[in-house]
Amino acid sequence: MQKKYSWYSLLKAGLSGQDWDQAIPLIQPKSKYDVIIIGGGGHGLATAYYLAKECGINNVAVVEKGYIGGGNTGRNTTIIRSNYLRDEASSLYEHALKLWEGISEDLNFNVMFSQRGVYNLGHSLQNMRDIERRVNANVLNGVDAVVVDANEIKQQIPIINTSKNARYPIMGASYQSRGGVARHDGIAWGFARAASMLGVDIIQDCEVIDIEVEEGRVKGVKTTKGEIMADRIGCVSAGHSSVLAKMAGLRLPIESHPLQAFVSEAMKPVLHTVVMSNAVHGYISQSDKGDLVIGAGIDGYNSYAQRGSTKIVEHAAAAILELFPIFSRVRMNRQWGGIVDVCPDACPIISPTNVEGLYFNCGWGTGGFKATPGSGHVFAHTIAQDKQHPLAEPFHIDRFKTGALIDEHGAAGVAH
Amino acid sequence: MLLIHCPYCKESRDQSEFSPAGEAFIARPKSPEGISDEEWADYVFYRTNHKGNHWEQWVHSNGCRKYFLVERSTISHQILQVAPFGARNSETEL
Ligand SMILES: Cc1cc2nc3c(=O)[nH]c(=O)nc-3n(C[C@H](O)[C@H](O)[C@H](O)COP(=O)(O)OP(=O)(O)OC[C@H]3O[C@@H](n4cnc5c(N)ncnc54)[C@H](O)[C@@H]3O)c2cc1C
Ligand SMILES: [Zn+2]
Repeated sequence: MQKKYSWYSLLKAGLSGQDWDQAIPLIQPKSKYDVIIIGGGGHGLATAYYLAKECGINNVAVVEKGYIGGGNTGRNTTIIRSNYLRDEASSLYEHALKLWEGISEDLNFNVMFSQRGVYNLGHSLQNMRDIERRVNANVLNGVDAVVVDANEIKQQIPIINTSKNARYPIMGASYQSRGGVARHDGIAWGFARAASMLGVDIIQDCEVIDIEVEEGRVKGVKTTKGEIMADRIGCVSAGHSSVLAKMAGLRLPIESHPLQAFVSEAMKPVLHTVVMSNAVHGYISQSDKGDLVIGAGIDGYNSYAQRGSTKIVEHAAAAILELFPIFSRVRMNRQWGGIVDVCPDACPIISPTNVEGLYFNCGWGTGGFKATPGSGHVFAHTIAQDKQHPLAEPFHIDRFKTGALIDEHGAAGVAH
Repeated sequence: MLLIHCPYCKESRDQSEFSPAGEAFIARPKSPEGISDEEWADYVFYRTNHKGNHWEQWVHSNGCRKYFLVERSTISHQILQVAPFGARNSETEL
């Protein structure tokens, strides 16, 4: 059993040569569980944690084909905000943001959640009309949001180029002060450790290769570590959701695309907040380590390769230089891609399926990191009660049949 | 970066001249008014999203501006073959 992290344990380990217990045990799967969660990303681990903590279901396995947090959770640019346009979406992301605000204490794990604020820039009159509309919708939904003009932006971020001669001059922005960033692997390890302490088995290096369905009911999974049975299975595998759906004979309204990001060498603090622009398509923040974290867009083609085209990276770099000419000589350190599961309406699917006992939580696409605790929370309740959590109801997969889409594409003004 | 052979221009050109245009062989239902909501949803929104060799459409947007078919691996990005539209109507047809 792991000890609680505290000032005392930090001091003790510091003086005794960093003698820490392993955060989660390396274990082999049992033959049967009450619930299996497929995918050990942030969302899957959060689901397991809330199943154990709030739903009284501790006999849970999280099955991960690689290592926990090695998927999009560990590859994303960690921007967190809740200023979405649609009521359904902003309620869900705001639910998540409220959980973020207490998550380090709740998990006894510092996830380095830093509410440094998020600017979404506007570069045209239409951009500004959309921003005003979204900010008004946010305020009506109890989400903190303000519209700021170019002068205020310049005051807050002196290095940004607000010149009228810019190719796409900055006219203003929406600002959410409660938004920010967090430590990507921190949230995965925090949930994993806390779930494991509540009895959840976290099984790494274990790929699900088939989902067993009998007479319309899910029975279990075949994995590279043998067969594991369960009456209820939650699939939270992001870019590979269509692959897992196919194992159960299902199809999804999802396509997988590469999404790329890159970081610079570390430098002294120069950017204290998060800046995003959908119009020129780039977003940037500076990590606590000092490197600039820059996100690009998706490639239009389908891919499972975890890498994308150079022109996409070039485009994001150009956009960032347009906003911050001061970065023109910064050297880039690393670049990578993740596979994101894109839904037609840019909103997730949190839903039961036509196979009894099989639930999917996917379609978060380019923007699910911010939702991690909220997504796990509503999905855990959905699985435990076999009934959608009220916040998850609008995200039923049937919306593609009924037409009740939640059109966040463009509506939120930004991709992430 | 992909090097794509346009079956109309009969030249292999840099990917930046082309735009991807989605999964191939999705045929519009012949009588939309006669099908169920499920079938319509499947046509409009549901996709195969295949991991492996995948038939898709590309358009030579900065060239001849014609659409054509490409079989490409979604794992390695390797292009296996290209074909003009109409050369085939399904994955299995020759
Ligand atoms: C470059 C990039 C930048 C991003 N920036 C942001 C951002 O700034 N803000 C934001 O909110 N979101 C962002 N996102 C999106 C965000 O990362 C994802 O929506 C979110 O992390 C998804 O979490 P997850 O736990 O569902 O997926 P993942 O972390 O991908 O977890 C899914 C897990 O399932 C496992 N798996 C797959 N198949 C199997 C199988 N057969 N058997 C067992 N396990 C399997 C995978 O190995 C993986 O670990 C970004 C994404 C990328 C790629
Ligand atoms: Zn051509």
